[in-house]
Amino acid sequence: MREVETISEAQTRGREVSDGESMQLVGYANGAKVAQKPTRDGFGEGLVEAARRNRDVVAVCADLVESTRMQAFSEAFPERFIEIGVQEQLLVAMSAGLAMAGKVPFVASYAMFCPGRAWEQVRTNMALNETNVKIAGAHAGVSVGPDGATHQAIEDIAIMRTIPNMTVVVPCDSVQTRKATLAVAERWGPTYLRFGRAKSPIITTEETPFEIGKAQIFREGRDVAIVACGVLVHNALVAAETLARERNIECMVVNNHTIKPMDDASIVGAAERCGAVVTVEEHQVHGGMGSCVAELLARERPVPIEFVGVQDKFGQSGEPDELIALYEMDAPAIERAALRVLERKRA
Amino acid sequence: METISRPQTAELEERALAIRRDIIEMLVEAKSGHTAGPLDMADVFAALYFAVLRHDPQNPEWEERDRLLLSCGHICPVRYAAMAEAGYFPREELRTLRKLGTRLQGHPERVRLPGSESTSGPLGEGLAQSCGLGYAAKMDGKSWRVYCVTSDAEHQCGLHWEAVMFGAKNRLDNVTCIVDRNIIQIDGSTERVMPLEPLAAKYEAFNWNVEECDGNDVAAVVDALERAQRFKGKPTVLIAHTLPGKGVSFMENDYLWHGKPPTKEEAAIALRELQPAPNGSPLPANAGAAGRSADA
Repeated sequence: MREVETISEAQTRGREVSDGESMQLVGYANGAKVAQKPTRDGFGEGLVEAARRNRDVVAVCADLVESTRMQAFSEAFPERFIEIGVQEQLLVAMSAGLAMAGKVPFVASYAMFCPGRAWEQVRTNMALNETNVKIAGAHAGVSVGPDGATHQAIEDIAIMRTIPNMTVVVPCDSVQTRKATLAVAERWGPTYLRFGRAKSPIITTEETPFEIGKAQIFREGRDVAIVACGVLVHNALVAAETLARERNIECMVVNNHTIKPMDDASIVGAAERCGAVVTVEEHQVHGGMGSCVAELLARERPVPIEFVGVQDKFGQSGEPDELIALYEMDAPAIERAALRVLERKRA
Repeated sequence: METISRPQTAELEERALAIRRDIIEMLVEAKSGHTAGPLDMADVFAALYFAVLRHDPQNPEWEERDRLLLSCGHICPVRYAAMAEAGYFPREELRTLRKLGTRLQGHPERVRLPGSESTSGPLGEGLAQSCGLGYAAKMDGKSWRVYCVTSDAEHQCGLHWEAVMFGAKNRLDNVTCIVDRNIIQIDGSTERVMPLEPLAAKYEAFNWNVEECDGNDVAAVVDALERAQRFKGKPTVLIAHTLPGKGVSFMENDYLWHGKPPTKEEAAIALRELQPAPNGSPLPANAGAAGRSADA
């Protein structure tokens, strides 16, 4: 699958300064050929592996078996696969019942419908009721593309992270999504795992560590800390590379994959080191990962922050790359945000 | 066809009466809560806890227990009273209903109160959870059954019918849904607010086994639930026709008692009415609602 595993200069720098812990990234710099794969593929692989490890893992799907990548599970474990049709509220409430009987249900739909449509069932049946249900929200973000705004969930992190007892994980590539799926299966608790539809660059390797609740420094720097999640972590790395090459600005890049419980210490540490932060997420800037970072830093370490994300708008039809650029979440937009925050830092 | 003996029926009626008295005492102490629904379901809960359920009050998490989910969480006083009557916790605890720090929340929470089985209140969700439990029981070859008590008005929720479809598709004959068919909801008669009839025909069309009975006749309730246990291949719904506010004359059939508690004075009158009849029959003359037409 992987075409090239170039170790870029930037990655080498990252290795040297990230407390001795190797992040083992593949090359991501401009021009490097990076293999691409949808994050949902990693979910499909991880789910089968999780089911092999734990016979209580079951999968429930609301009429989207292929596109949520539950197909392989349904073929490998037909007796543990439950198809429920277009019933997203049932998806959550019924699965809470499965969990109350000791199962570990992974439930999948598009993020717009679950958790989107099923939010109250999530709150009451999963979180307040403390049931071990795992929601796999596929097709999150505007990069869903041609389906348009109705199918582009860009509010889901906000509605999930406000719920007590909930864990929210947004992995950065397909390899990390597979690891996150396994970690989520092994860790008790109501969880939301978010991933996307489109192919996205694979930037981590099998060896890159992953731990729920532990942010990862993918690149060291002292000028601006770019805190990103999901498939946009790649854009953050590309932006950091460009800023270093063209303007001698050194950006730290943090993969903040666990939005709840967030790794507060790492985020505060990044703000302390750089004195300026840019948050990057394929989500509304209101209420999402950037808001989590801002709430934390307002309390612990106030520094200038710029927010890259959807600016209180709906998406629309288009190709993923076109939409990411249009809504200013591409690498040049991240560079501009870094320059803005640097100006504020120096003011 | 009665399958339980007369003495057992008398005992169940006494239990139901004790539950009704506790409901009134809890609500007057709590100063808020729902009255009509809990009163009309006392007979069903007496039947469940004292004749039907396989359970152990000393071991509420016993793995082989039958699961009783209360989907319409707002009538939880009847469940709490029945649980106390069965010995899950001391009756004195009933006085903590809806108060700070209580296990007896205004709507039930599984995590706080062992044996309450689910967290409910938002309507239309209990049958979905019940079907998940029933499905898991079948996966694991378990013989325990799932009972889900629902209100009639929550049959206006789309999610409830999603669960009805799921139960039929998966032939969950270990799941029984009990409907408190008292024909009232907050804003008035269910048939005026959003008609449910023909309710039995709806379930039949959804491929469920349908039972109906007078929900204020404990013997009839036990009989119907035992028939449901024996029925194979489909889940069963028991439409229990009940009289809202059952047992207290000035509350019966008045939808205004759906969502308010009695005052101290009203409670005193209610408790005087909720006495064993002097002729030895433990209940006053039965004003049961069996066979009432739905447009009452």
